[in-house]
Amino acid sequence: MSLPAFAALLERLVFTPGRLAKLALLRDWYATQPDPDRGVGLAALTGELVFTAAKPALIRDMVAARTDPVLLALSHDYVGDFAETVALIWPEREGVNTPAPDLAEVVEALELTPKAELPGLIAGWLDALDATGRLALIKLITGGLRVGVSGRLARVALAEWSGRAVEEIEEVWHGVAPPYTALFHWLEGKAERPDPREAPVFRPLMLAHPLEDADLAALDPAQWRAEWKWDGIRVQLTAGPGGRRLWSRGGEDVSGAFPEIIEAMNFHAVLDGELLVVREGEVAPFADLQQRLNRKVVTPKMQKDYPAGVRLYDLLFEGTEDLRGLPFDQRRARLEAWVARHAPARMDLSPQIAFASVAQLAEIREGARAASIEGLMLKRADSPYVAGRVKGLWWKWKRAPLSIDAVLMYAQRGHGKRSSFYSDYTFGLWRPDGQGGEELVPVGKAYSGYTDQELTWLDRWIRNHTTGRFGPVREVEKALVLEVIFDAAQLSTRHKSGVALRFPRIARIRTDKPASEADRLENLMSYVAAARPEEG
Amino acid sequence: MTPPEQWLRVTPQGLFCAPAGVFIDPTRPVARAVITHGHADHARPGHGAVLATAETLAIMRARMGEGAGDRQQALAYGETLRLGEVALRLVPAGHVLGSAQVVLEYGGARALVSGDYKRQPDPTCASFEPVPCDVFVTEATFALPVFRHPPPAQEIGRLLRSVALFPERTHVIGCYALGKAQRLIALLRQAGWQQPIWLHGTLIPLCRLYQELGVELGELRPATVAEKSALRGAIVLAPPSAIADRWARRLEDPVVCMASGWMRVRQRAKQGGVELPLVISDHADWDDLLRTIAEVGAPEVWVTHGRDDALVHALAQRGVRGRALHLVGLGEEEEGVDAA
Repeated sequence: MSLPAFAALLERLVFTPGRLAKLALLRDWYATQPDPDRGVGLAALTGELVFTAAKPALIRDMVAARTDPVLLALSHDYVGDFAETVALIWPEREGVNTPAPDLAEVVEALELTPKAELPGLIAGWLDALDATGRLALIKLITGGLRVGVSGRLARVALAEWSGRAVEEIEEVWHGVAPPYTALFHWLEGKAERPDPREAPVFRPLMLAHPLEDADLAALDPAQWRAEWKWDGIRVQLTAGPGGRRLWSRGGEDVSGAFPEIIEAMNFHAVLDGELLVVREGEVAPFADLQQRLNRKVVTPKMQKDYPAGVRLYDLLFEGTEDLRGLPFDQRRARLEAWVARHAPARMDLSPQIAFASVAQLAEIREGARAASIEGLMLKRADSPYVAGRVKGLWWKWKRAPLSIDAVLMYAQRGHGKRSSFYSDYTFGLWRPDGQGGEELVPVGKAYSGYTDQELTWLDRWIRNHTTGRFGPVREVEKALVLEVIFDAAQLSTRHKSGVALRFPRIARIRTDKPASEADRLENLMSYVAAARPEEG
Repeated sequence: MTPPEQWLRVTPQGLFCAPAGVFIDPTRPVARAVITHGHADHARPGHGAVLATAETLAIMRARMGEGAGDRQQALAYGETLRLGEVALRLVPAGHVLGSAQVVLEYGGARALVSGDYKRQPDPTCASFEPVPCDVFVTEATFALPVFRHPPPAQEIGRLLRSVALFPERTHVIGCYALGKAQRLIALLRQAGWQQPIWLHGTLIPLCRLYQELGVELGELRPATVAEKSALRGAIVLAPPSAIADRWARRLEDPVVCMASGWMRVRQRAKQGGVELPLVISDHADWDDLLRTIAEVGAPEVWVTHGRDDALVHALAQRGVRGRALHLVGLGEEEEGVDAA
């Protein structure tokens, strides 16, 4: 019965917007399913299973042979998605009483069955399943589950279910393989923790807390080290005899997207750093790095136009020696010596910033306007490298956000708990309309920053000032000014206004300000220009 | 035999049986109307004389008061009434409480006007009765082969498993006020759910009426006055328009469910922001439409509303003459229309 159980899980995950609810569904899966099915399901959810033998065309031919072409076309037209159409229209055969297949059985058979026998095998399964089961099977075969479960989420659910720390699971995760039987047995207390040996595994990252004013006052400059906080992607580099990997902050393997970094990792170490697009030593805006993310294959042109590099700031392992217990100053010295000795291509050292007092540090922070710098990182000189966000060891001190007064233009309903609220706001600024007048041009979208009371107020205002509806979106009277804060403004060809904002959020509702007095696009553009020349 | 197309025809007001002088489910006020069931797209206000089952008449009075017809005449299932030279009787359609098919006999021919119908068992109403006929007038709401409704008990099982998995949350089910709401309650009772079921205010009058007409629904409570904490782990029924809007804020982190045949298609469920789609319908699915047409054995089938293109095509392959009537105004309440 386990393919139907997996199908039921997929069905729930597809429709569940909330993270907590997704976690509950995953915990229930781990707790109720037998081995090896629960591990196979986990691998399928996180995209670890890839089948190549059965192509969508095969499914297309199978259903065409069993249905009327006119009815199939009308149905496909109505449903939209072809896999779903097949699952729903597949004719149920009278008298079929073979049991539904096991998930593990399906996966094994797909790997071992000769291509010529696949249609008969798959048809037999489809006959034995209901519509939900058929859809799960087809999506599994053709590789498009898309249920919004990241590897990280699956591991958090494993941690919650087993009572183990997620960091402990992260450390072995990439050393175990589907169906993860050894992992499940360890989590259930039935076996020892799996030993990844030399396999490249992800080491949970040390994270920083936002610095509050009170923390700042208590800061002793002698005990703290400062670095720039780069606006890139945090990565971990793992290389050794067992292989090379580039991990994202959440432990996803992003090696495939950055082959030039992997190629440069001809060493045996584990490093922590910031992935950036760097041209002639200068860090490009975050938007450039975005061009390189979420790609399975990277063309040479991509690598040339958006060259990636890593700015290193910590050394976790040198060879097989675990340095994480050492104080930060010692690790830093080891890192500097290591970089000097290896001089790896595409990598450099994130410089330390000297400061004598908190006041001086604050001045340095305010002076940094380059778009590639988000602010400062403060690291305690004696801090070991510990997983997660331990208070008092590392601080992030973002520079003060930029701000504009924009006009609310459109609002959209949120998801999950916010599904009854208009909580996503598109806002715009004034610019000349070319005919002697002024027009609003949308410059961004924000869905955070407001309090619950402000959200309720905004929701009511939007419902009372709606001028048009487009599906879930409402257009509103151009009458409400919102103070929007953001971390940086960058030129963008993908936005109508020509500018993109980093982390825009609502700071205040400006009922005191008429819409005509909101900012103009050129005010925002001056931030882009100001950000250009300087560099840390 | 006088072929039905000579005495049963489509007029701007709806289907009209001339020798009996009655319209069936007319969309505008007429002198004499036969009403198949109480849904607003079939039972409209302002007619002179209205003929229907006693239950349908009671539903009409509850929904439209004065507008339920100047003169009302109840006809029990199976009783024959002579209207001129036409013999008319009502047989169960299995759609909602009181729903009926209209059997018309004239000049040696028999026409069966089914209104809306389903073949799945429903604890709140009498089961559909197939009657052999020369012309079968059918709906086609779900006439695409992608629509196959699973057994309702299976869907209720999914709902109850979800309630067990999320005991802190309120499960709110979007459903129509007439028929679906009461059927869901009865199905929940059959599945062993003994706790009170909470109702949005607009569902209460018809649930009370069903109870007065002898349908067991167990303990029902108004959700509108309940404390939020009392709704933790509870099942709440509400009209589809309320489930994802402001009304639902009174609920405890709601799991938004929707009970409709349209929930079979993912995109439809996603559009409505539904977290748990329940495929429970009061209309015949594709297989049941074809099965019913085979059972009544009519050589000719008229399709009132819905996906007539697919159904007429499938009938042609079976040697049955299909004809799309394109009746306007039907399918505007209940599942016939896009669930908001």
